[in-house]
Amino acid sequence: MCRLFALTSRDPISPMRAINALNVMKEGHDGSGVGLCLRGLGGRFEEEFEGCPILSGIFTESGLRRLEQYTMDHGFKSQYSILYTPDHEPPTGTPVRGTYAAIAYKVPRGWNDLTEAQQGQKLVQMRLDLKKMGEEEGDIMVFSFWPDTIIVKEVGDPLEIGEYLQLDANKNIYARRILAQGRQNTNYAINLYACHPFFIEGVASMTNGENTAFIPIKEYLQSRGVLGYSGYQSDSVVFTHIAHFVTKRLGLDIRAYKHVITPLSDLELEDHPDRDFLATIKKSCRKLAIDGPNCIIGTLDDGSMFMAQDRKKLRPGIVGGKDGIYGFSSEVCGLDAAIPDRDRTKDFQPMHLDTVIVGPDCKEISTCSQKDQLPRQL
Amino acid sequence: MLTERPITPSTLGVKDLPWQIEWDKDLCTQCGRCTSVCPVNAIELGVFRKREIKTPAGLRTKAENSYSIFYGIRQKTDPAYACIGCSMCNTVCPNNAIGPKRDETSDTLKFHNNRGGQPRTRGGRRNSGESLLDQIKFIRISMLTDPALDAGRHEFRLNTLLGRVQSPEESLKTYSEQGWKPPVREIYPMIIGGMSFGALSPNMWEGLQMGVAYLNEEMNMPVRISTGEGGCPPRLLRSRFLKYVILQIASGYFGWDEIIHAIPEMKVDPCAIEIKYGQGAKPGDGGLLMWYKVNKLIAAIRGVPERVSLPSPPTHQTQYSIEESVAKMIQSMSMAWGFRVPVYPKISASSTSLAVLNNLTRNPYAAGLAIDGEDGGTGAAYNVSMNHMGHPIASNLRDCYNALVTIGKQNELPLIAGGGIGKSGNLAANAAALIMLGASAVQVGKYVMQAGAGCLGSEKDRCNVCNIGVCPKGITSQDPRLYRRLDPEKVAERVVDFYLSFDTEIKKIIAPLGRSSALPVGMSDALGISDRAAADRLGIKYVV
Repeated sequence: MCRLFALTSRDPISPMRAINALNVMKEGHDGSGVGLCLRGLGGRFEEEFEGCPILSGIFTESGLRRLEQYTMDHGFKSQYSILYTPDHEPPTGTPVRGTYAAIAYKVPRGWNDLTEAQQGQKLVQMRLDLKKMGEEEGDIMVFSFWPDTIIVKEVGDPLEIGEYLQLDANKNIYARRILAQGRQNTNYAINLYACHPFFIEGVASMTNGENTAFIPIKEYLQSRGVLGYSGYQSDSVVFTHIAHFVTKRLGLDIRAYKHVITPLSDLELEDHPDRDFLATIKKSCRKLAIDGPNCIIGTLDDGSMFMAQDRKKLRPGIVGGKDGIYGFSSEVCGLDAAIPDRDRTKDFQPMHLDTVIVGPDCKEISTCSQKDQLPRQL
Repeated sequence: MLTERPITPSTLGVKDLPWQIEWDKDLCTQCGRCTSVCPVNAIELGVFRKREIKTPAGLRTKAENSYSIFYGIRQKTDPAYACIGCSMCNTVCPNNAIGPKRDETSDTLKFHNNRGGQPRTRGGRRNSGESLLDQIKFIRISMLTDPALDAGRHEFRLNTLLGRVQSPEESLKTYSEQGWKPPVREIYPMIIGGMSFGALSPNMWEGLQMGVAYLNEEMNMPVRISTGEGGCPPRLLRSRFLKYVILQIASGYFGWDEIIHAIPEMKVDPCAIEIKYGQGAKPGDGGLLMWYKVNKLIAAIRGVPERVSLPSPPTHQTQYSIEESVAKMIQSMSMAWGFRVPVYPKISASSTSLAVLNNLTRNPYAAGLAIDGEDGGTGAAYNVSMNHMGHPIASNLRDCYNALVTIGKQNELPLIAGGGIGKSGNLAANAAALIMLGASAVQVGKYVMQAGAGCLGSEKDRCNVCNIGVCPKGITSQDPRLYRRLDPEKVAERVVDFYLSFDTEIKKIIAPLGRSSALPVGMSDALGISDRAAADRLGIKYVV
């Protein structure tokens, strides 16, 4: 089973802090891979290139050249890039791949006349194009193309990979919101695109466990006609897309997410203040119900971070921290390693009805039970 | 056989019949029960004369004939009275002195059961024991990283939705605008398929209705039963139990008058309206209730004269295209109940299933599609239709589900699959396989008769005389002397029994697959089959 660790902080912090937390939970993952999602970036990305789309991925030399040509053709100019090509031996099991890159682009003229949605569509389309180009030649792997977002994925033990890629060294990749996953490779072949966290249009999430409803949910999402609902190489990618569907397509609050993936029983709905609304969601979104066992940690475009459990709560999860920094962890030892000086009595372990949300201000943990009244949604 | 009996082309010996009566003279007490119970008069009481030649020793006295008579059972060899192997004679025999035995090598009767130029009609199902559904295995077992669920202890949600479900976007719009929501019923995924009042005996019908009511009201299982064409007893139409009933209307419109007249007095709405366009057992053919079963009661409920055969035409004759028919029928039936009741058509699985489905996806009032495969049963059909026509359900259903997936409406239009589920007794496994191929619910008829009332019909041409009203168990007979054999209370009890065991078995299938909070509709990754062609066709895994 994978181990998950996420941090949300008021000030940018090193991704190694999250990786160290994964390391203390090592018994729970086999170190076959690591995924990192960094948002709320500090350093130059924040100071000079805020709002610029950032492409993150791994490229060979020819891949970089093809990328340059592609972006030029689309009127994108690279403005600032963090390119790292390790020149020393990779850890055991990690292949030599080339250059790990995060490149910020200046958008073409006329871009600002587009609506936000149109801009998003264009970025998603470009990411998909690049991914396809890379799959043909094996020289390009892209994980995200979105403002204020860097995603790093690699095969191997999280700590060794973190040191290999010198993630601590560059303050420009320090971030306010960090999702990190230590992978246990059980169900699927090793494929970096299958590695968590997953990202689409500002919504990122990672999940452990297994999703037995994967195929029906995948088929359903693919048939929604949403650009970017593709590339289902892991049975968890659907969680990110459901969060995207609920928040962006349906325009609902993240508190409704849990009602979509793990709807209440009819008996529980009977006395619920939002009975009609929830019954409507339960019926029309029933294809998106998951069956677990899963713990889901995600972050949204507005900078909030959340955790939710499957209906039977078959996966552990804990949230804790202090004013300014909060951690979301699979195990309490991970949290202890990352934020040792917090008030442990305020730690919260969400149960089968709860969604935990920490807002972008990192002030407090707010919990929401499915039995609570929701804010007015429509 | 008499020595002077003429030998004609259709003269058969007992050996030519598929079923032969074995009768033990020593055990028989000659009570006569077997002959009186035989539904097809295959046996009769016989008086046998025995001649014995007594030859004394020596040459002085001549040999003598001694004649004796004894009484016994004689099997007729006239094809019209061939034994059907129902074994009722054995059931009633106090001494186990008699019983039918199948002779696999005797198939001569096949060539003679169309005398008078009449092709054979019968009830039952295709004479074929094989079932693709039985070959499907469930292979996606969560063992290593993820604990399998406990079928006995976890909570399971097995109910399904019948009715047009709006897409999330549409439903939220309807909610915010407080618009019309298509009616949707939450039901148990195994429906008792249409077996009409007319095809079934009153006792059988009563038993089924009682069983369904008990399951709903005492066991909290929202089981539904389709009436089949032929109307519904007036008292049921006006009772609170109507909500457990799916009223069927077919192209013969039999019994529909009764229903229409009862609408103003209905205390509750029916669960749904099913418009029958076809049956899997006789695709493209109409319903057929033969005159034997049209007695006074049936005639009254159907609004027809007594003792006339009642075929309903294969199409709804007032409409001249399927598009028009589907649209009009659904619209008018919905309107009859103020758009509060789901209305859906039932068709035979065929190459045109997709066409009908495409029609429905564009009709906002269509509440689903029931598809009946070639293995479906019937009370009466021509032998040739039953044995040689129709489309298997698995691939037909899969095509329809995939078509819905392509246009993103798999959530919206439930597919109900039927035809051969539980054919070999594997009810839960067959149902689960179809659900994972894309059915929102399944419907069963024959299994209900077999398990609920002890129907003797088999896929090896045993019994299958439902059409002529002589059902030896009283299930499909309208003759009170026959149907009083069936105790409705016991039928209800058995219906409850097999529903509960189905419920346990289906949990035992889906729990190891890690599913509990929703019915695994379309979970095709769980399925495997050792037939490469079938795996490719159905889009499931090939496993050997």
